[in-house]
Amino acid sequence: MSKQQNSDASEKTEQSLETREYSVGEILKQRGVSRRDFLKFCTAMTAAMSLPASFATSVAQALDEVKRPTLVWLNFQDCTGDSEALLRAANPTVGEIILDILSVDYHETIMAAAGHQADEALESTITKYKGKYLCVVEGSISMKDDGVYGCTSGKTHLEIARKVCGSAAATIAIGTCAAYGGIAAAVPNPTGAVGVKDAVPGATVINLPGCPCNADNLTATIVHYLVFGKIPALDGKGRPLFAYGKRIHDNCERRPHFDAGQYVEHWGDNAHRKGFCLYKMGCKGPATFHNCPTQRYNEKTSWPVASGHGCAGCSEPQFWDTMGPMYKRLPNVPGFGIEQTADKIGLGMAVGVGAAFAVHGVISALRKDKKPEETREG
Amino acid sequence: MSEPLIFKRYYVWQLPVRICHWVNALSVLLLSISGFLIGYPVIVGSSPESFLMGWVRFIHFVAGYALIISVISRLLWSLNDHCFSGWREYFPFLTREGRKQILVMLKFYFFIDRKTPDAVGHNQLAVTAYVGLFLIFFGMFVSGFALYAEYAPGGTMHAVLNPVYLILSTQTLHLYHHIGMWLIICFVINHIYSVWLLDIKEKGGEITSIFSGYKYTTKVHVFSEGKECDENGCFIKVKK
Repeated sequence: MSKQQNSDASEKTEQSLETREYSVGEILKQRGVSRRDFLKFCTAMTAAMSLPASFATSVAQALDEVKRPTLVWLNFQDCTGDSEALLRAANPTVGEIILDILSVDYHETIMAAAGHQADEALESTITKYKGKYLCVVEGSISMKDDGVYGCTSGKTHLEIARKVCGSAAATIAIGTCAAYGGIAAAVPNPTGAVGVKDAVPGATVINLPGCPCNADNLTATIVHYLVFGKIPALDGKGRPLFAYGKRIHDNCERRPHFDAGQYVEHWGDNAHRKGFCLYKMGCKGPATFHNCPTQRYNEKTSWPVASGHGCAGCSEPQFWDTMGPMYKRLPNVPGFGIEQTADKIGLGMAVGVGAAFAVHGVISALRKDKKPEETREG
Repeated sequence: MSEPLIFKRYYVWQLPVRICHWVNALSVLLLSISGFLIGYPVIVGSSPESFLMGWVRFIHFVAGYALIISVISRLLWSLNDHCFSGWREYFPFLTREGRKQILVMLKFYFFIDRKTPDAVGHNQLAVTAYVGLFLIFFGMFVSGFALYAEYAPGGTMHAVLNPVYLILSTQTLHLYHHIGMWLIICFVINHIYSVWLLDIKEKGGEITSIFSGYKYTTKVHVFSEGKECDENGCFIKVKK
């Protein structure tokens, strides 16, 4: 392995090779992470995985002993928003720790190597750790015209995904694009964009949708894999139940206002200033499963509803097409032009039917009944 | 002058049929009002403790359960051997004689003919509409309970309805649920108008029949198999 790698390109890889035999706990110690910070991290992860607090010690014990996993990070049709979310957190202690415990052997955005050297790093990693490494995919995969609309180093994303995700222990599809095609897959989907599971049906895929994905959920998923040696329990859409098992609406801090009947009617009105429910402003919290209200973003600083804007439903499949219009409760009815809601059409239908029968009633009243011999009345 | 013909009294709607009818009517009324308030909450809570929307949703869910229980009960009751409530009566469009009677009813509605169908219980066009209504009900149950079950993903109801979530997004379910309500409202307008009209035109006590169970008619009901029925709505053997 080290023979094939030459000069500066493999510096990073060699460094990981050296330290790969150390356990996560040892590496963290080497990097100067205090025991106290490590236990705080383990407790936070236990909470993120929806485990009882008593599991924190088990998580710490397991992380102490486990060997650091190898990870490759692939960027396809994306905006690098998920990498940004992970790397540029305002106070990135958790992010730092997760980068420290992972051996990120390939990440196009942040790796030092470039060109053929980068390709070699990826090739050698997936060959040496076949079936053992973790793969994180960011961005959707173009399927149309054999995937020619998305290529990296001359190979289509589809080809790369089949090869890399196909022989990974597990693939984490980070962000809505990688999970379900996301914005690139919105109608009319010119590149035929799909999520990882649709592109590589045989791969073991964990979907972590969100725009961007909450970095804490990525960390917790990896910690779950390290601690329990298997992927977390998933819902029907391939998302970990610990992060996507509850509807936003049911955990929302503004929920009491919903149940009470207190709603924002206009942006900036008194109700908006008081922090009432955003239901009537088209909040998609009632249709979206995510742990935003409890986990929040950027070191638990805030999330959309807390900042006074409704949920956009970004962690649901095809959210760009099904969750719109953003500031309306219901989708428009296709085929009836813009701004035609089901209820406008329905009301028109009911009025039409009512009017038709009213006219029918008038005509029936004016119309002579059947002749006596025909009615055969006694 | 023709010889005087006596109106014959038939027991057309048995007690369970009448109960189901009124439970359906009441639930649909409650579901429409509370459903409209859920979609467009014009209610204003005075304090965060008022729980107004909570009660509206509670009424919607209870009425939803009442309707599904009533509809399932009615479907089970249609397995009995009564002339006017049995399931066979609901598919006149499958037989030639039935289709003929549907045409008679349509001609009456479009002022082409003054004759009403040979029907003692439901007329043949009306039961066809009721089959359509039950199909809308079925769509409303699926979309309604799929939306309801989202409060507990992983629960039994959510697991049973899992195929629904794979096909339709939550927002699409909301949309279909709204459209379903308007279709049912259109049905109700039609239904009330038609019983009113036929009560006047046939003079058989169409409206009071759903309270008393009895209808008065000079006609003989046309059954698909050439059967006949007695005044209690029980099938009798054909003399031929």
